[in-house]
Amino acid sequence: MEIPWVVTARQDTGLNNGKIGIWLFLASEVMLFGALFATYILLRVGAPTWPLGSSILNVPMATFNTVVLISSSVTMVMAWASVMRRRFAAYRGYMGATVVLGFVFLVVKYFEYSAKFHHELFPRTNTFLAIYFTLTGLHMLHVIGGMAVNAWFWGPGARLYHENPEWFANRVENSGLFWHFVDLVWIFLFPVLYLL
Amino acid sequence: MHDTGTAHSHGPDHGHAGAHGHDAGHGGHHEPGFLRTWVFSVDHKVIGMQYAVTGLLFLMFGFCLMMLMRWQLAYPGEPVAWLGAILGEARMPGGVMLPEFYNELGAMHGTIMVFLGVVPLAVGGFGNFVVPLQIGAPDMAFPRINMMSYQAYLLGGVTMLASFFVPGGAAQSGWTSYSPLAALAGSGQTWWLIGMVLLITSSLLGAINFIVTIVQLRTKGLTFFRFPFFVWAQFVTSFLLLLAFPPLEAAGVLQLMDRLAGTSFFMPSGLVVSGQALDISGGGNPLLWQHLFWFLAHPEVYVLILPALGIVAEIIANNTRKPLFGYRIMVWSLIFLGFTSFIVWAHHMFMTGMGTVMSAFFQTTTMIISIPSVIILTSLMLSLWGGSIRFNTPMLFALAFLPMFGIGGLTGLPLGLNITDIPLHDTYYVIAHFHYVVAPGTIFALFAGIYHWFPKATGRAMNETLGKIHFWPSFIFMNVVFMPMFIVGLAGVSRRLYDGGLTYDFARPVLHWNAVSSWGAWMLGLAQVPFIINFFWSIRHGRKVDRNPWQATTLEWAAPSPPPHGNFETEPVVHRGPYEYSVPGAKTDYLPQCDAAEAR
Repeated sequence: MEIPWVVTARQDTGLNNGKIGIWLFLASEVMLFGALFATYILLRVGAPTWPLGSSILNVPMATFNTVVLISSSVTMVMAWASVMRRRFAAYRGYMGATVVLGFVFLVVKYFEYSAKFHHELFPRTNTFLAIYFTLTGLHMLHVIGGMAVNAWFWGPGARLYHENPEWFANRVENSGLFWHFVDLVWIFLFPVLYLL
Repeated sequence: MHDTGTAHSHGPDHGHAGAHGHDAGHGGHHEPGFLRTWVFSVDHKVIGMQYAVTGLLFLMFGFCLMMLMRWQLAYPGEPVAWLGAILGEARMPGGVMLPEFYNELGAMHGTIMVFLGVVPLAVGGFGNFVVPLQIGAPDMAFPRINMMSYQAYLLGGVTMLASFFVPGGAAQSGWTSYSPLAALAGSGQTWWLIGMVLLITSSLLGAINFIVTIVQLRTKGLTFFRFPFFVWAQFVTSFLLLLAFPPLEAAGVLQLMDRLAGTSFFMPSGLVVSGQALDISGGGNPLLWQHLFWFLAHPEVYVLILPALGIVAEIIANNTRKPLFGYRIMVWSLIFLGFTSFIVWAHHMFMTGMGTVMSAFFQTTTMIISIPSVIILTSLMLSLWGGSIRFNTPMLFALAFLPMFGIGGLTGLPLGLNITDIPLHDTYYVIAHFHYVVAPGTIFALFAGIYHWFPKATGRAMNETLGKIHFWPSFIFMNVVFMPMFIVGLAGVSRRLYDGGLTYDFARPVLHWNAVSSWGAWMLGLAQVPFIINFFWSIRHGRKVDRNPWQATTLEWAAPSPPPHGNFETEPVVHRGPYEYSVPGAKTDYLPQCDAAEAR
């Protein structure tokens, strides 16, 4: 038994199965983060006072992290393009860089978190910190998830390249779509939490 | 998926290829072991059956919780020694139910029936088994994700069950888990939240799989308006699950934070409990939980109903030997229903003081959403007109669904109007209303579906006599259970009282109806015995049937019974719409969708 349209696109939809699947998944993710951003708005408009993000959080560190994540999105695209051009060595390099940049993001976040804990700033301290830790924490889980998938396709998952490069390119593309989404969430989180 | 034997090599279709029928086509390959076949299967039919059986078990368990509650409501405080001995001193000391245990039963009855019983059976069970067959697909688009979806569901169910044994017992804050009550409840609530996150994950994986399968894997010639109505119902349902569940996941994460990290997302400033100010930062909003919860839970109501409507539509078309009345308008109503179900949620919150503008908006949308529901129900009723109806067991359940769902729907209108909701809110009237929708409504449709598709799943028909012995008492006692609740509710008795209203003077004239409901429930429990016997007996000893025992038109009946792994011997091609029954001039009174011979 063979499932149709795993690799090639179905003619009338113009898409393969995985592509639709990942977009639907992203739609559900939009609803997840949408609900959390709505929560943020509701709590903030209901609060008598709200601290300016930059007075509590470390803006330079977050700016650096923004650059790191956007760079990782660029290397992700390059990784996919390399597979499309069937340049496996270049793919390995770019995909490796994507994973490493994700790791750099996490390390910076670790220092940010521990600095907050060091100053006795916890989720229970106030509503701003509660939403800050929840949103960035959930985002970090997504970063870790994306890194795990990318690391798999960098390492053992790359075997598929030698058997069916077209299928492998599809997988890298889908994983890239998720990675860009994670990047995009951060691009919303950064101004909302740190600058506004 | 690897190519493990093709459908083409499947043996002759003599109806039943043994209990492991779907292995029969593996030819020279190794037979997969028991674990691969029945536990970690990637075959949509096996996963569908896993879902269905697990869902049925949870339905029975959830029903048992309710039968316990009904004792306390009918005879408050009267001891039952043998139950006390079984359930222990912590729950029923001396056989008398503790209020805390009653609350556990209430919260878990709702949770289990909705999230672990009806939805898994309707979507996971019937959806998985029937949809790929009806669209002529070899399997779901992502078989392994399908398996993971079931495993996540099972794990969520086990988590929920395990929560009965943690210190303080299971969740006690109602199936709605309103904060701050839930945020301050015992550790069972944390287990409830973790269980919900697993169930949500399962639903998301399933929903994505269904949509991709329906869009991508439909066979040649099967355009969207040639879909059986059931496929449409599952398609819209999947979108509801996909987009409505994530906000509850967000809410669940926030409540977990409130409980475990000490945040105050749902805790207002200056919260005082039992005369003591709580040591919290405050600044949260209890209404936020309700908004996030009902943003899921109202579409969830349609997740409970739409697959049921789909099942009933299939069975009515088949057993009236007529096309569905107004198929196209039914489909458009379904789509409209799906969209509007996202903008009615706050009609559950009229009494929260959220403001008249909000109330007016949600009252209006609620009235609007009743229109497509009525169109679908009316079309189903009109489909009966002039048909030569076969009164077999699936048809009886499907027919009973129509008035029962009708009562449930019509009694909902006073609840959807802001003014009339004030006296009715949180009374037994609400309980009666939504149970008419879901219990004699959806669950009857699910029974109908089991009797209808059992021959496809096993190659054997269920016993008709036992089926009728199951149907008639169930039909009568369902009404004995829920009709009195309208009376009790209109008298103003609140739905969450541990003693059923004993301490209120105004409740006195209607209290005797509590015992009527309770006896109805216990009799309803007894009435399920013939079904259980029928189900297990028919698996081995039922009458053998060929691939199309109901002389139906849709594609699942073109596959062998039971279908092998991969479903069809050759890829079916669709030549016509889903319900071409009694076409003038045709040789038979049904023209299967894949029948090219008598093309119009």
